[in-house]
Amino acid sequence: MTGDDGKMSCADFQAQLPELIGSGVDVSNHPHLATCDRCSALLAELETIAEAARQLFPSVEPPDEVWQQIESAIKREGN
Amino acid sequence: MPNSSSPTQAPGGIRPNGGTEQGRTASRPANPADAEVLARAQAGDHEAFAHLYSLHKRRIYSLCLRMVGNVAEAEDLTQEAFLQLHRKIATFRGDSAFSTWLHRLAINVVLMQLRKKGLALISLDEAMEPAPEEGPSRSFGAPDLTLSGAIDRLALERAVADLPTGYRLIFILHDVEGFEHNEIASMLDCSIGNSKSQLHKARLKLRDALRSQKRPEERP
Repeated sequence: MTGDDGKMSCADFQAQLPELIGSGVDVSNHPHLATCDRCSALLAELETIAEAARQLFPSVEPPDEVWQQIESAIKREGN
Repeated sequence: MPNSSSPTQAPGGIRPNGGTEQGRTASRPANPADAEVLARAQAGDHEAFAHLYSLHKRRIYSLCLRMVGNVAEAEDLTQEAFLQLHRKIATFRGDSAFSTWLHRLAINVVLMQLRKKGLALISLDEAMEPAPEEGPSRSFGAPDLTLSGAIDRLALERAVADLPTGYRLIFILHDVEGFEHNEIASMLDCSIGNSKSQLHKARLKLRDALRSQKRPEERP
């Protein structure tokens, strides 16, 4: 399926997508997306997932007991 | 001499992006103060080691927690990772950023634990090569569900937990912890291209999973 101007298929575009996204360029300006709703939707969904990961998974503080156990183990190993 | 005080309140919880430990992380330039703390810890200064723990505990614990999905296990893994750090810290030569080196160490601790639990996973190489049937579906067919609006945290947690180990690892390191592909490649001994490819597959698989979790009445 080409789904656009016939110059690039969805398969070809999606094959390039990991590199395009990973390179940090603004993929939304890619010519294929101007005429392909499916790949535009795909890109939007992937961006939604990445954004959700940033928003929904804050770092978590370990309880103090973890450090206490580390200290105890270090002391045991030092003996 | 060992310092028995808890390092949880150590000043300036610095994240690799220069922010606080509360924020999302990415690489940051080396901080001279951090380098001094590291050098002192390498020389056996326990207070400096406690400070290192305070700087990195959240990231390491969060990584462990996201990878195993169990608080008690994550605590044990964090403890083991920092004990290994204590044993090996003198061997750190600065070929990579300290945070990258520490994460690599912690990742190996996590993978070892997963192996003990009997999961079909032995090494980083295997973690990076999920079976073909575990890969994401392709997106060239008929239009289907669209992820619109906010993603539910529990739904995303479930979907991440169900990812093959290698995909989960890359996704957590990049999208959650904020590491760059070159750092991940260094941690996992893979190419930058492989890191990008695995992250993309992880996101595609999460997309599949999140769609399948949608209730029928929510579907367009």
